[in-house]
Amino acid sequence: MTELTCILCPLGCRIRVEREEDGLKITGYDCPRGLAYAREEMTAPKRILTAVVKVAGGESGESMLPVKTKTAIPKEKIFPAMEEIKAITVFPPVKIGQVIKENLAGTGVPLVATAPLPDDDYRS
Amino acid sequence: MLNTREVDLVVIGGGPAGMAAAAAAAGAGVEKIVLLERQEKLGGILPQCIHNGFGLRFFKEELTGPEYAHRFILELKKYPQIQVKTGTMVMKITAGRQVVTAGAAEGLVCYQARAVIFAMGCRERPRGAINIPGTRPAGIYTAGSLQYLMNIEGFIPGREAVILGSGDVGLIMARRLTLEGIRVKAVLELMPFSSGLNRNVVQCLEDFNIPLYLSHTVTAIHGQKRIERVSVAPVDADLRPVVEKEFDLSCDTLVLSVGLIPENELSLQAGVELDPATGGPVVDSFYQTTVDGIFACGNVVHVHDLVDDVSTESIVAGRAAAAYLRGEIGRNRWFPVKAGRNIRSVVPQRIVAGQATPLYIRACFPERNALLCIGNRQSRRRVVSPGETIYYTVKPEDTATTGGFFTVSLEGGEADD
Repeated sequence: MTELTCILCPLGCRIRVEREEDGLKITGYDCPRGLAYAREEMTAPKRILTAVVKVAGGESGESMLPVKTKTAIPKEKIFPAMEEIKAITVFPPVKIGQVIKENLAGTGVPLVATAPLPDDDYRS
Repeated sequence: MLNTREVDLVVIGGGPAGMAAAAAAAGAGVEKIVLLERQEKLGGILPQCIHNGFGLRFFKEELTGPEYAHRFILELKKYPQIQVKTGTMVMKITAGRQVVTAGAAEGLVCYQARAVIFAMGCRERPRGAINIPGTRPAGIYTAGSLQYLMNIEGFIPGREAVILGSGDVGLIMARRLTLEGIRVKAVLELMPFSSGLNRNVVQCLEDFNIPLYLSHTVTAIHGQKRIERVSVAPVDADLRPVVEKEFDLSCDTLVLSVGLIPENELSLQAGVELDPATGGPVVDSFYQTTVDGIFACGNVVHVHDLVDDVSTESIVAGRAAAAYLRGEIGRNRWFPVKAGRNIRSVVPQRIVAGQATPLYIRACFPERNALLCIGNRQSRRRVVSPGETIYYTVKPEDTATTGGFFTVSLEGGEADD
Protein backbone atom coordinates (compact mmCIF):
# COMPACT_ATOMS: atom_id res chain seq x y z
CA MET A 1 0.00 0.00 0.00
CA THR A 2 1.16 3.53 -0.75
CA GLU A 3 0.10 6.63 1.14
CA LEU A 4 0.08 9.98 -0.65
CA THR A 5 -0.59 13.46 0.62
CA CYS A 6 -2.71 15.34 -1.88
CA ILE A 7 -1.18 18.73 -2.70
CA LEU A 8 -4.01 20.28 -4.68
CA CYS A 9 -5.48 22.25 -1.79
CA PRO A 10 -4.68 22.96 1.87
CA LEU A 11 -6.89 20.07 3.08
CA GLY A 12 -3.94 17.76 2.35
CA CYS A 13 -6.05 14.57 2.16
CA ARG A 14 -4.11 11.44 2.96
CA ILE A 15 -4.90 9.16 0.08
CA ARG A 16 -4.28 5.40 0.29
CA VAL A 17 -3.58 3.42 -2.84
CA GLU A 18 -3.51 -0.37 -3.06
CA ARG A 19 -2.53 -2.32 -6.13
CA GLU A 20 -5.10 -4.99 -6.89
CA GLU A 21 -5.40 -7.46 -9.74
CA ASP A 22 -7.96 -5.35 -11.56
CA GLY A 23 -6.13 -2.06 -11.05
CA LEU A 24 -5.70 0.50 -8.29
CA LYS A 25 -7.89 0.77 -5.19
CA ILE A 26 -7.82 4.41 -4.14
CA THR A 27 -9.37 5.62 -0.87
CA GLY A 28 -9.20 8.65 1.42
CA TYR A 29 -9.61 11.36 -1.21
CA ASP A 30 -12.27 13.99 -0.85
CA CYS A 31 -12.91 15.23 -4.38
CA PRO A 32 -12.54 14.06 -8.01
CA ARG A 33 -9.36 16.13 -8.40
CA GLY A 34 -7.80 14.16 -5.53
CA LEU A 35 -8.70 10.88 -7.22
CA ALA A 36 -7.13 12.04 -10.50
CA TYR A 37 -4.05 13.28 -8.63
CA ALA A 38 -3.57 9.90 -6.92
CA ARG A 39 -4.06 8.00 -10.16
CA GLU A 40 -1.49 10.13 -11.99
CA GLU A 41 0.98 9.95 -9.08
CA MET A 42 0.74 6.15 -9.12
CA THR A 43 0.94 5.70 -12.89
CA ALA A 44 2.86 8.59 -14.46
CA PRO A 45 4.00 11.24 -11.94
CA LYS A 46 5.22 14.47 -13.55
CA ARG A 47 6.95 17.60 -12.32
CA ILE A 48 8.03 20.96 -13.72
CA LEU A 49 11.80 21.13 -13.24
CA THR A 50 13.49 24.47 -12.55
CA ALA A 51 17.22 25.19 -12.41
CA VAL A 52 19.87 27.69 -13.51
CA VAL A 53 22.33 27.48 -16.42
CA LYS A 54 25.69 29.16 -16.88
CA VAL A 55 25.96 32.41 -18.81
CA ALA A 56 28.96 32.89 -21.11
CA GLY A 57 31.17 35.93 -20.67
CA GLY A 58 30.04 38.29 -18.01
CA GLU A 59 29.17 41.33 -20.09
CA SER A 60 25.52 40.96 -19.18
CA GLY A 61 26.43 41.20 -15.50
CA GLU A 62 24.76 37.90 -14.69
CA SER A 63 26.52 34.58 -14.06
CA MET A 64 23.42 32.37 -14.16
CA LEU A 65 20.14 32.30 -16.07
CA PRO A 66 17.02 30.72 -14.51
CA VAL A 67 15.25 28.07 -16.63
CA LYS A 68 12.32 25.67 -16.43
CA THR A 69 10.85 22.82 -18.40
CA LYS A 70 8.01 24.31 -20.44
CA THR A 71 5.63 21.66 -19.15
CA ALA A 72 5.91 18.90 -16.55
CA ILE A 73 8.27 16.03 -17.32
CA PRO A 74 8.15 12.45 -15.98
CA LYS A 75 9.56 12.30 -12.46
CA GLU A 76 12.14 9.66 -13.39
CA LYS A 77 13.59 12.06 -15.99
CA ILE A 78 14.46 14.73 -13.40
CA PHE A 79 18.06 13.64 -12.74
CA PRO A 80 18.92 12.86 -16.39
CA ALA A 81 17.50 16.31 -17.24
CA MET A 82 19.68 17.93 -14.55
CA GLU A 83 22.78 16.33 -16.10
CA GLU A 84 21.94 17.96 -19.44
CA ILE A 85 21.15 21.29 -17.79
CA LYS A 86 24.52 21.37 -15.99
CA ALA A 87 26.31 21.08 -19.34
CA ILE A 88 24.56 24.10 -20.90
CA THR A 89 26.16 27.52 -21.36
CA VAL A 90 23.99 30.29 -22.84
CA PHE A 91 25.09 33.36 -24.76
CA PRO A 92 23.24 36.66 -24.28
CA PRO A 93 20.94 38.08 -25.40
CA VAL A 94 18.16 35.73 -24.29
CA LYS A 95 14.47 36.55 -24.24
CA ILE A 96 12.17 35.40 -21.46
CA GLY A 97 10.46 32.22 -22.67
CA GLN A 98 13.14 31.52 -25.29
CA VAL A 99 13.93 27.84 -25.84
CA ILE A 100 17.35 27.02 -24.39
CA LYS A 101 17.27 23.33 -25.29
CA GLU A 102 14.74 21.29 -27.27
CA ASN A 103 13.63 17.83 -26.19
CA LEU A 104 15.31 17.87 -22.77
CA ALA A 105 16.50 14.38 -21.78
CA GLY A 106 14.36 12.83 -24.49
CA THR A 107 11.13 14.01 -22.88
CA GLY A 108 9.95 15.97 -25.91
CA VAL A 109 9.67 18.99 -23.60
CA PRO A 110 11.84 22.08 -24.19
CA LEU A 111 13.84 23.92 -21.55
CA VAL A 112 12.96 27.64 -21.57
CA ALA A 113 14.42 30.79 -20.02
CA THR A 114 12.41 32.32 -17.16
CA ALA A 115 14.22 35.68 -17.23
CA PRO A 116 15.65 37.90 -19.97
CA LEU A 117 19.40 38.42 -20.50
CA PRO A 118 20.70 41.03 -20.07
CA ASP A 119 18.14 41.89 -17.45
CA ASP A 120 18.02 45.60 -18.29
CA ASP A 121 14.34 45.37 -17.55
CA TYR A 122 15.15 45.22 -13.88
CA ARG A 123 17.25 48.37 -13.75
CA SER A 124 16.21 51.97 -13.68
CA MET B 1 21.96 72.06 2.42
CA LEU B 2 20.42 68.79 1.43
CA ASN B 3 18.77 68.69 -1.96
CA THR B 4 15.01 68.38 -1.16
CA ARG B 5 12.48 67.14 -3.70
CA GLU B 6 8.75 67.35 -3.18
CA VAL B 7 6.86 64.29 -4.38
CA ASP B 8 3.41 62.80 -3.87
CA LEU B 9 4.43 59.29 -2.88
CA VAL B 10 7.61 57.51 -1.84
CA VAL B 11 7.53 53.70 -1.91
CA ILE B 12 10.35 52.10 0.08
CA GLY B 13 11.35 48.70 -1.30
CA GLY B 14 11.29 47.40 -4.89
CA GLY B 15 10.23 43.81 -4.25
CA PRO B 16 6.80 42.38 -5.07
CA ALA B 17 5.06 44.61 -2.50
CA GLY B 18 6.67 47.89 -3.55
CA MET B 19 6.27 47.18 -7.28
CA ALA B 20 2.56 46.35 -6.95
CA ALA B 21 1.88 49.29 -4.62
CA ALA B 22 3.67 51.81 -6.86
CA ALA B 23 1.90 50.57 -10.01
CA ALA B 24 -1.50 50.57 -8.25
CA ALA B 25 -0.98 54.11 -6.96
CA ALA B 26 0.02 55.30 -10.44
CA GLY B 27 -2.98 53.52 -11.94
CA ALA B 28 -5.17 55.36 -9.42
CA GLY B 29 -3.86 58.71 -10.60
CA VAL B 30 -0.92 59.61 -8.32
CA GLU B 31 1.44 61.80 -10.31
CA LYS B 32 4.88 61.96 -8.74
CA ILE B 33 5.99 58.60 -7.37
CA VAL B 34 9.49 57.54 -6.35
CA LEU B 35 10.21 53.83 -5.86
CA LEU B 36 13.37 53.24 -3.80
CA GLU B 37 15.35 49.97 -3.88
CA ARG B 38 18.67 49.42 -2.17
CA GLN B 39 19.67 46.50 -4.43
CA GLU B 40 20.90 47.10 -7.99
CA LYS B 41 17.74 45.64 -9.48
CA LEU B 42 14.05 45.36 -8.79
CA GLY B 43 12.27 42.19 -7.75
CA GLY B 44 13.34 41.72 -4.14
CA ILE B 45 13.52 38.03 -3.32
CA LEU B 46 11.78 36.91 -6.55
CA PRO B 47 14.80 36.68 -8.92
CA GLN B 48 16.44 34.08 -6.66
CA CYS B 49 13.21 32.07 -6.24
CA ILE B 50 13.70 30.17 -9.49
CA HIS B 51 11.14 27.47 -8.56
CA ASN B 52 7.57 27.42 -9.81
CA GLY B 53 4.37 27.74 -7.80
CA PHE B 54 3.97 31.52 -7.93
CA GLY B 55 0.94 33.25 -9.38
CA LEU B 56 -1.70 30.52 -9.01
CA ARG B 57 -3.98 32.84 -7.03
CA PHE B 58 -3.08 36.19 -8.62
CA PHE B 59 -2.54 35.32 -12.30
CA LYS B 60 -4.38 31.95 -12.30
CA GLU B 61 -1.30 30.34 -13.83
CA GLU B 62 1.87 28.82 -12.48
CA LEU B 63 5.01 30.98 -12.77
CA THR B 64 8.54 30.97 -11.40
CA GLY B 65 9.82 33.83 -9.23
CA PRO B 66 11.73 35.61 -12.03
CA GLU B 67 8.68 35.36 -14.32
CA TYR B 68 6.42 36.77 -11.61
CA ALA B 69 8.84 39.69 -11.07
CA HIS B 70 9.04 40.30 -14.83
CA ARG B 71 5.27 40.79 -15.07
CA PHE B 72 5.36 43.53 -12.45
CA ILE B 73 8.39 45.19 -14.00
CA LEU B 74 6.46 45.41 -17.28
CA GLU B 75 3.51 46.83 -15.35
CA LEU B 76 5.76 49.51 -13.75
CA LYS B 77 7.07 50.50 -17.16
CA LYS B 78 3.57 51.54 -18.21
CA TYR B 79 3.79 54.46 -15.80
CA PRO B 80 6.37 57.15 -16.61
CA GLN B 81 5.26 58.98 -13.45
CA ILE B 82 7.07 56.32 -11.40
CA GLN B 83 10.75 57.13 -10.93
CA VAL B 84 12.65 53.97 -9.99
CA LYS B 85 15.81 54.55 -7.94
CA THR B 86 17.81 51.36 -7.53
CA GLY B 87 21.05 51.19 -5.59
CA THR B 88 19.47 53.68 -3.24
CA MET B 89 19.23 53.17 0.52
CA VAL B 90 16.95 55.03 2.89
CA MET B 91 19.06 56.49 5.70
CA LYS B 92 16.39 58.24 7.67
CA ILE B 93 12.65 58.85 7.79
CA THR B 94 10.55 61.16 9.93
CA ALA B 95 6.90 61.02 11.00
CA GLY B 96 6.50 64.12 8.80
CA ARG B 97 7.36 61.88 5.81
CA GLN B 98 10.79 63.29 5.04
CA VAL B 99 12.84 60.49 3.52
CA VAL B 100 16.63 60.86 3.29
CA THR B 101 18.32 58.53 0.81
CA ALA B 102 21.89 57.72 -0.19
CA GLY B 103 22.99 56.26 -3.50
CA ALA B 104 26.05 56.22 -5.71
CA ALA B 105 24.29 58.06 -8.57
CA GLU B 106 22.90 61.05 -6.69
CA GLY B 107 24.54 61.10 -3.28
CA LEU B 108 22.29 62.28 -0.47
CA VAL B 109 18.77 63.28 -1.45
CA CYS B 110 15.84 64.27 0.76
CA TYR B 111 12.30 63.60 -0.42
CA GLN B 112 9.41 65.39 1.17
CA ALA B 113 6.51 63.04 0.45
CA ARG B 114 2.79 63.61 0.94
CA ALA B 115 2.42 59.86 1.49
CA VAL B 116 4.81 56.96 2.07
CA ILE B 117 4.38 53.20 1.55
CA PHE B 118 6.62 50.85 3.50
CA ALA B 119 7.49 47.73 1.49
CA MET B 120 10.83 46.73 3.05
CA GLY B 121 10.07 43.03 3.31
CA CYS B 122 11.63 40.77 5.90
CA ARG B 123 14.93 39.13 6.69
CA GLU B 124 16.05 35.77 7.94
CA ARG B 125 16.67 34.82 11.54
CA PRO B 126 20.36 33.91 11.76
CA ARG B 127 22.20 31.40 13.96
CA GLY B 128 22.61 34.00 16.70
CA ALA B 129 18.84 34.34 17.05
CA ILE B 130 18.50 30.69 18.10
CA ASN B 131 21.81 30.34 19.97
CA ILE B 132 23.10 27.01 18.68
CA PRO B 133 26.12 26.03 20.83
CA GLY B 134 29.43 24.90 19.34
CA THR B 135 32.21 26.22 17.15
CA ARG B 136 31.93 28.91 14.49
CA PRO B 137 33.20 27.21 11.34
CA ALA B 138 32.54 27.97 7.65
CA GLY B 139 29.68 26.15 5.92
CA ILE B 140 26.69 27.57 7.83
CA TYR B 141 24.15 29.47 5.75
CA THR B 142 20.67 30.85 6.16
CA ALA B 143 18.41 29.28 3.54
CA GLY B 144 17.71 32.53 1.70
CA SER B 145 21.36 33.56 1.44
CA LEU B 146 22.25 30.09 0.18
CA GLN B 147 19.44 30.41 -2.35
CA TYR B 148 21.02 33.66 -3.55
CA LEU B 149 24.49 32.11 -3.76
CA MET B 150 23.29 29.05 -5.70
CA ASN B 151 20.73 30.62 -8.03
CA ILE B 152 22.23 34.03 -8.74
CA GLU B 153 25.96 33.40 -8.27
CA GLY B 154 26.02 29.73 -9.33
CA PHE B 155 27.81 28.60 -6.18
CA ILE B 156 27.77 24.99 -4.92
CA PRO B 157 28.17 25.03 -1.12
CA GLY B 158 29.38 21.48 -0.34
CA ARG B 159 28.58 17.77 -0.59
CA GLU B 160 26.48 16.83 2.42
CA ALA B 161 23.94 19.12 4.02
CA VAL B 162 21.69 19.18 7.07
CA ILE B 163 18.80 21.64 7.15
CA LEU B 164 17.47 23.04 10.40
CA GLY B 165 13.91 24.29 10.15
CA SER B 166 11.13 23.24 7.81
CA GLY B 167 9.94 26.65 6.68
CA ASP B 168 9.21 26.96 2.98
CA VAL B 169 12.63 28.35 2.05
CA GLY B 170 14.31 25.43 3.85
CA LEU B 171 12.13 22.90 2.02
CA ILE B 172 12.75 24.56 -1.35
CA MET B 173 16.50 24.50 -0.66
CA ALA B 174 16.40 20.80 0.28
CA ARG B 175 15.19 20.06 -3.25
CA ARG B 176 17.52 22.57 -4.87
CA LEU B 177 20.58 21.09 -3.13
CA THR B 178 19.49 17.55 -4.06
CA LEU B 179 19.08 18.49 -7.73
CA GLU B 180 22.61 19.92 -7.79
CA GLY B 181 24.03 16.69 -6.39
CA ILE B 182 24.37 17.61 -2.73
CA ARG B 183 23.09 14.95 -0.38
CA VAL B 184 20.56 16.34 2.10
CA LYS B 185 20.79 14.01 5.08
CA ALA B 186 17.94 15.44 7.11
CA VAL B 187 15.56 18.31 7.59
CA LEU B 188 15.11 18.93 11.31
CA GLU B 189 12.06 20.70 12.75
CA LEU B 190 11.79 21.78 16.38
CA MET B 191 7.99 21.76 16.36
CA PRO B 192 5.88 18.58 16.01
CA PHE B 193 4.64 19.91 12.62
CA SER B 194 6.21 21.51 9.57
CA SER B 195 5.80 25.25 9.27
CA GLY B 196 5.95 25.00 5.46
CA LEU B 197 3.24 24.51 2.88
CA ASN B 198 1.97 20.98 2.45
CA ARG B 199 2.85 20.97 -1.26
CA ASN B 200 6.46 21.84 -0.43
CA VAL B 201 6.76 18.99 2.09
CA VAL B 202 5.50 16.59 -0.59
CA GLN B 203 7.34 17.91 -3.65
CA CYS B 204 10.62 18.94 -2.00
CA LEU B 205 11.13 16.18 0.57
CA GLU B 206 8.96 13.14 -0.16
CA ASP B 207 9.77 13.23 -3.90
CA PHE B 208 13.48 12.84 -3.07
CA ASN B 209 13.16 10.63 0.05
CA ILE B 210 14.67 13.32 2.27
CA PRO B 211 13.89 12.47 5.90
CA LEU B 212 11.99 15.06 7.96
CA TYR B 213 12.67 14.75 11.69
CA LEU B 214 9.85 16.49 13.55
CA SER B 215 10.46 17.55 17.18
CA HIS B 216 14.25 17.51 16.66
CA THR B 217 16.88 20.22 16.82
CA VAL B 218 20.62 20.82 16.44
CA THR B 219 22.26 20.79 19.88
CA ALA B 220 25.85 21.48 18.79
CA ILE B 221 27.94 22.44 15.78
CA HIS B 222 31.34 20.73 15.38
CA GLY B 223 34.36 21.53 13.22
CA GLN B 224 37.15 24.08 13.37
CA LYS B 225 37.69 25.65 9.94
CA ARG B 226 34.79 23.94 8.19
CA ILE B 227 31.68 22.41 9.75
CA GLU B 228 32.22 18.61 10.08
CA ARG B 229 29.11 17.41 11.87
CA VAL B 230 26.15 18.47 13.99
CA SER B 231 24.72 16.92 17.13
CA VAL B 232 20.97 16.37 16.92
CA ALA B 233 18.47 15.52 19.64
CA PRO B 234 14.73 15.04 19.90
CA VAL B 235 12.93 17.62 22.04
CA ASP B 236 10.34 17.06 24.78
CA ALA B 237 6.93 18.71 25.07
CA ASP B 238 8.60 21.86 26.43
CA LEU B 239 10.93 21.92 23.38
CA ARG B 240 13.95 21.01 25.55
CA PRO B 241 16.49 18.64 23.94
CA VAL B 242 16.50 15.09 25.34
CA VAL B 243 20.30 14.76 25.60
CA GLU B 244 20.29 11.01 26.27
CA LYS B 245 18.93 10.51 22.76
CA GLU B 246 21.46 12.78 21.06
CA PHE B 247 23.11 11.54 17.84
CA ASP B 248 25.54 13.01 15.31
CA LEU B 249 25.13 13.68 11.59
CA SER B 250 28.25 14.37 9.53
CA CYS B 251 27.89 17.26 7.06
CA ASP B 252 29.92 20.04 5.46
CA THR B 253 26.95 22.39 5.13
CA LEU B 254 24.29 23.46 7.62
CA VAL B 255 21.32 25.41 6.30
CA LEU B 256 19.17 27.42 8.70
CA SER B 257 15.52 28.02 7.87
CA VAL B 258 14.37 29.19 11.27
CA GLY B 259 12.01 32.01 10.53
CA LEU B 260 11.66 35.43 8.98
CA ILE B 261 11.38 38.77 10.72
CA PRO B 262 9.74 41.85 9.14
CA GLU B 263 12.35 44.56 8.66
CA ASN B 264 11.03 47.52 10.62
CA GLU B 265 13.90 49.80 11.60
CA LEU B 266 12.43 52.56 9.43
CA SER B 267 8.93 51.96 10.80
CA LEU B 268 10.23 52.50 14.33
CA GLN B 269 12.06 55.67 13.26
CA ALA B 270 8.82 57.03 11.84
CA GLY B 271 7.04 56.25 15.10
CA VAL B 272 4.76 53.56 13.66
CA GLU B 273 3.21 51.18 16.18
CA LEU B 274 4.24 47.53 15.69
CA ASP B 275 2.17 44.43 16.45
CA PRO B 276 4.20 42.02 18.62
CA ALA B 277 2.33 39.06 17.04
CA THR B 278 3.47 39.81 13.48
CA GLY B 279 6.57 41.96 14.11
CA GLY B 280 5.18 44.43 11.56
CA PRO B 281 3.22 47.67 11.65
CA VAL B 282 -0.35 47.73 12.95
CA VAL B 283 -2.46 48.54 9.88
CA ASP B 284 -6.12 49.21 9.13
CA SER B 285 -8.32 48.00 6.25
CA PHE B 286 -6.52 50.49 3.96
CA TYR B 287 -3.07 49.32 5.13
CA GLN B 288 -2.51 52.71 6.73
CA THR B 289 -0.23 52.50 9.77
CA THR B 290 -0.76 54.38 13.01
CA VAL B 291 1.10 57.38 11.50
CA ASP B 292 -0.94 59.56 9.15
CA GLY B 293 -0.12 59.08 5.48
CA ILE B 294 2.27 56.18 6.06
CA PHE B 295 1.05 52.90 4.59
CA ALA B 296 2.66 49.44 4.70
CA CYS B 297 2.27 46.22 2.71
CA GLY B 298 3.91 42.88 2.02
CA ASN B 299 6.29 40.98 4.29
CA VAL B 300 7.15 44.10 6.28
CA VAL B 301 3.59 43.85 7.68
CA HIS B 302 3.47 40.08 8.18
CA VAL B 303 5.32 37.16 6.64
CA HIS B 304 3.22 35.70 3.82
CA ASP B 305 3.08 32.12 2.49
CA LEU B 306 2.34 33.30 -1.04
CA VAL B 307 3.59 36.26 -3.06
CA ASP B 308 0.13 36.37 -4.65
CA ASP B 309 -1.28 37.63 -1.35
CA VAL B 310 1.51 40.22 -1.16
CA SER B 311 0.47 41.57 -4.56
CA THR B 312 -3.23 41.67 -3.68
CA GLU B 313 -2.59 43.43 -0.38
CA SER B 314 -0.10 45.88 -1.91
CA ILE B 315 -2.61 46.94 -4.56
CA VAL B 316 -5.02 47.78 -1.72
CA ALA B 317 -2.27 49.87 -0.08
CA GLY B 318 -1.32 51.62 -3.34
CA ARG B 319 -4.91 52.55 -4.15
CA ALA B 320 -5.52 53.65 -0.57
CA ALA B 321 -2.47 55.92 -0.69
CA ALA B 322 -3.93 57.48 -3.85
CA ALA B 323 -7.28 57.98 -2.09
CA TYR B 324 -5.45 59.50 0.89
CA LEU B 325 -3.68 61.96 -1.42
CA ARG B 326 -7.07 62.98 -2.84
CA GLY B 327 -8.25 63.60 0.72
CA GLU B 328 -10.73 60.71 0.65
CA ILE B 329 -9.20 58.76 3.52
CA GLY B 330 -8.71 60.57 6.75
CA ARG B 331 -8.80 58.95 10.13
CA ASN B 332 -11.68 56.54 9.89
CA ARG B 333 -13.72 54.93 12.63
CA TRP B 334 -12.26 51.48 13.17
CA PHE B 335 -12.64 48.39 15.33
CA PRO B 336 -9.67 46.54 16.79
CA VAL B 337 -9.27 42.82 16.12
CA LYS B 338 -8.71 40.66 19.19
CA ALA B 339 -7.01 37.28 18.80
CA GLY B 340 -8.75 34.47 20.68
CA ARG B 341 -8.14 30.72 20.95
CA ASN B 342 -5.53 29.27 18.54
CA ILE B 343 -4.94 32.57 16.74
CA ARG B 344 -1.37 33.81 16.47
CA SER B 345 -1.98 36.88 14.33
CA VAL B 346 -4.58 38.69 12.25
CA VAL B 347 -3.89 41.33 9.59
CA PRO B 348 -5.25 44.02 9.32
CA GLN B 349 -5.38 44.64 13.04
CA ARG B 350 -7.97 47.42 12.65
CA ILE B 351 -11.14 47.01 10.59
CA VAL B 352 -12.49 50.26 9.18
CA ALA B 353 -16.24 50.67 9.68
CA GLY B 354 -18.26 49.77 6.60
CA GLN B 355 -15.22 48.55 4.68
CA ALA B 356 -15.03 45.06 3.17
CA THR B 357 -11.76 43.72 4.64
CA PRO B 358 -9.98 40.52 3.66
CA LEU B 359 -8.31 39.10 6.77
CA TYR B 360 -5.09 37.08 6.78
CA ILE B 361 -5.18 34.86 9.84
CA ARG B 362 -2.47 32.59 11.22
CA ALA B 363 -3.11 29.77 13.70
CA CYS B 364 -0.81 28.73 16.56
CA PHE B 365 -1.15 24.96 16.14
CA PRO B 366 -2.69 22.46 13.70
CA GLU B 367 -6.19 21.09 14.25
CA ARG B 368 -9.15 19.70 12.35
CA ASN B 369 -12.82 20.68 12.07
CA ALA B 370 -12.49 23.92 13.99
CA LEU B 371 -15.09 26.68 13.91
CA LEU B 372 -13.60 30.00 12.79
CA CYS B 373 -15.47 32.69 14.75
CA ILE B 374 -15.19 36.30 13.59
CA GLY B 375 -17.39 38.77 15.38
CA ASN B 376 -20.87 37.29 15.07
CA ARG B 377 -20.00 35.13 12.05
CA GLN B 378 -18.82 31.55 12.00
CA SER B 379 -17.38 29.28 9.36
CA ARG B 380 -16.15 25.70 9.55
CA ARG B 381 -12.47 25.02 8.76
CA ARG B 382 -11.74 21.37 8.13
CA VAL B 383 -7.98 21.74 8.37
CA VAL B 384 -6.03 24.40 10.22
CA SER B 385 -2.25 24.57 9.97
CA PRO B 386 0.18 27.27 11.15
CA GLY B 387 1.91 26.95 7.76
CA GLU B 388 -1.17 27.94 5.75
CA THR B 389 -2.89 31.33 5.92
CA ILE B 390 -6.58 31.26 6.85
CA TYR B 391 -8.60 33.63 4.66
CA TYR B 392 -11.78 35.38 5.67
CA THR B 393 -13.35 38.56 4.30
CA VAL B 394 -15.28 40.78 6.70
CA LYS B 395 -18.35 42.20 4.99
CA PRO B 396 -19.11 45.93 5.18
CA GLU B 397 -22.36 45.28 7.06
CA ASP B 398 -20.57 43.13 9.67
CA THR B 399 -19.01 46.21 11.22
CA ALA B 400 -22.46 47.54 12.11
CA THR B 401 -23.25 44.66 14.44
CA THR B 402 -19.97 44.37 16.29
CA GLY B 403 -19.66 45.26 19.95
CA GLY B 404 -16.75 47.66 19.53
CA PHE B 405 -14.20 45.04 18.48
CA PHE B 406 -13.84 41.86 16.41
CA THR B 407 -12.81 38.73 18.21
CA VAL B 408 -11.22 36.12 15.95
CA SER B 409 -10.88 32.60 17.31
CA LEU B 410 -10.89 28.94 16.36
CA GLU B 411 -13.22 26.91 18.56
CA GLY B 412 -13.86 23.23 19.18
CA GLY B 413 -11.20 21.81 16.90
CA GLU B 414 -9.91 18.25 17.13
CA ALA B 415 -6.24 17.42 17.53
CA ASP B 416 -4.46 16.79 14.24
CA ASP B 417 -3.43 13.12 13.88
